[in-house]
Amino acid sequence: MEGNVFKYGANVDTDVIIPARYCTSFHKEELAPHCLEDLDATFAKRVQPSDIIVAGRNFGCGSSRENAPLAILGAGVGAVVAESFARIFYRNSINVGLPILECPEAAQAAQNGDRLAIDLEKGVIRNLTRGGQYTAVPFPESIRRIMEIGGLEEYVKHRLMTNDK
Amino acid sequence: MPQTIAQKILSRHAGKESVQNGELIFAKVDMVLGTDVTVPLSVEVFRRMGAKKVFDPAKIALVNDHFIPAKDLKAAQLSQIMRQFAQEMDAPHFFEVGRSGICHVLLPDEGLVKPGDLVVGADSHTCTYGALGAFSTGIGSTDMACAWALGELWFRVPSTIKVEVTGKLPKWVGGKDIALYVIGKLGVEGALYKALEFTGDTIRNLPMDGRFTLCNLAIEAGAKTGLVASDDKTAAFMAQFPQLKWDPVFSDPEAAYSEEYTFDVSDLQPQVAKPYLPSNAVPVGDLKGVKVDQVVLGSCTNGHLSDFQLAAEAMRGRKVHPHTRLVVIPSSHKVMLELLDSGLARTFTEAGAVIGPPTCGPCIGGHMGILAQNEVGLYTTNRNFVGRNGHPSSQVYLAGPAVAGATAVAGEISSP
Ligand code: SF4
Repeated sequence: MEGNVFKYGANVDTDVIIPARYCTSFHKEELAPHCLEDLDATFAKRVQPSDIIVAGRNFGCGSSRENAPLAILGAGVGAVVAESFARIFYRNSINVGLPILECPEAAQAAQNGDRLAIDLEKGVIRNLTRGGQYTAVPFPESIRRIMEIGGLEEYVKHRLMTNDK
Repeated sequence: MPQTIAQKILSRHAGKESVQNGELIFAKVDMVLGTDVTVPLSVEVFRRMGAKKVFDPAKIALVNDHFIPAKDLKAAQLSQIMRQFAQEMDAPHFFEVGRSGICHVLLPDEGLVKPGDLVVGADSHTCTYGALGAFSTGIGSTDMACAWALGELWFRVPSTIKVEVTGKLPKWVGGKDIALYVIGKLGVEGALYKALEFTGDTIRNLPMDGRFTLCNLAIEAGAKTGLVASDDKTAAFMAQFPQLKWDPVFSDPEAAYSEEYTFDVSDLQPQVAKPYLPSNAVPVGDLKGVKVDQVVLGSCTNGHLSDFQLAAEAMRGRKVHPHTRLVVIPSSHKVMLELLDSGLARTFTEAGAVIGPPTCGPCIGGHMGILAQNEVGLYTTNRNFVGRNGHPSSQVYLAGPAVAGATAVAGEISSP
């Protein structure tokens, strides 16, 4: 996956990712036009499919709203690279299939408009503009198993079908 | 192996002798909370999973609180999806408008959480019930659908930070001030992926309401949950529900903590968190003279009768300042009745405040008091992020009810 960087700072919270006033919807197509609206009013208009959000520490802090990763997915973002993620956002992203990569070095080095190439399988991030290569913190084994099955939804479906409650 | 409260509760619910920090487990849950904002998406995911029935209808709570009474058509439809789901699942703990309240005040008051329980909720402030010695944490909507379908969910076992609070609290200083002070010291991500366990003589002397407030704010330091070990105050609270059996859980004396802090609060001034982070705490004295357009009293953080009593005491019979609005939101139907019975409803109304129905409303910038461009608010809620309470240029200061009452009558940030 390759895309251009939209770079933001630390503590990007769920209220700026998708303000509560739009959370009367939970469909990503309806949320997407308002993604990051209160932080960067032009983001939703400028973002192209597979572009990459790069941010500082504690990305996604605040509310449990799954509308946040859904809004980012809906906007077409290919992945989020951050120094660290808030925990409910981390869970939600895994559960809805938004690729997230925790990688302080890559996040600090990348600047607005840089081009990144990401190998999600290996967790390798290459900065094509600046030439650096970085490896994200790998997911714990058991989370990878949930992801390999296709996310939590598929996991539950599988267990219900095999009657393995 | 010596274990913390968090490790013990998680291992019991995972059917294991013990668990290691960082270990990923599937554990059985005792209660699954959803609200009008998070339930509709879960219902959709639940159906896509092919699930027909929830694991135990008595172990799910469905609470109308965020956008109710329905603020617009879309909010009405969200509520409707939840109402229909409750009927279909025959769920006894569905709370209808007029008999409901903000989930985190409602669940303990309804006896739906016990010490030692494992509780999950599709709302980030689910950590509130740690005040009862339950392991209780926020999840997303897909997580909730999974918990409904299977009665269990994945957890990563957190390490625990021990926060010892010591000293006699000065007048006007309470759970909110301790919380803002501690978050100020730890930072908004100081407890990321970890549990916060509060101990010390100050916590032992802190009434249940103050403990709920304290644990409610654990997430604002990034924590997975806040915890207070059960004691006589917990037992007195649980005595309201003689039919419930519960088994308190304590950390072993030799349990390993990832960090330990001690804070002496004997000289603590009331705290105020400046925009736009709950960790921007400063003593109220530093902000004297900041003009305030709107004060909001309420939310799951400071929505108990004792909070309203303290605010009224700080107002000292004076009227709300002519340039300021005071919005009072009782946190539940029960608290509304307490405001009526105690005469506080009249006190606030005569002072020039408006009393709204029990709802999250202004706390989430939903309705019942949104801030306009460049307006300044002082709220007893728990978040002051950009745009949280209205226009992105508006600014919110967070404080406890005593500062809120004093500020409402002074028209500027004031010490009680
Ligand atoms: S009162 Fe505010 S913080 Fe509490 S549940 Fe409602 S929206 Fe969330």
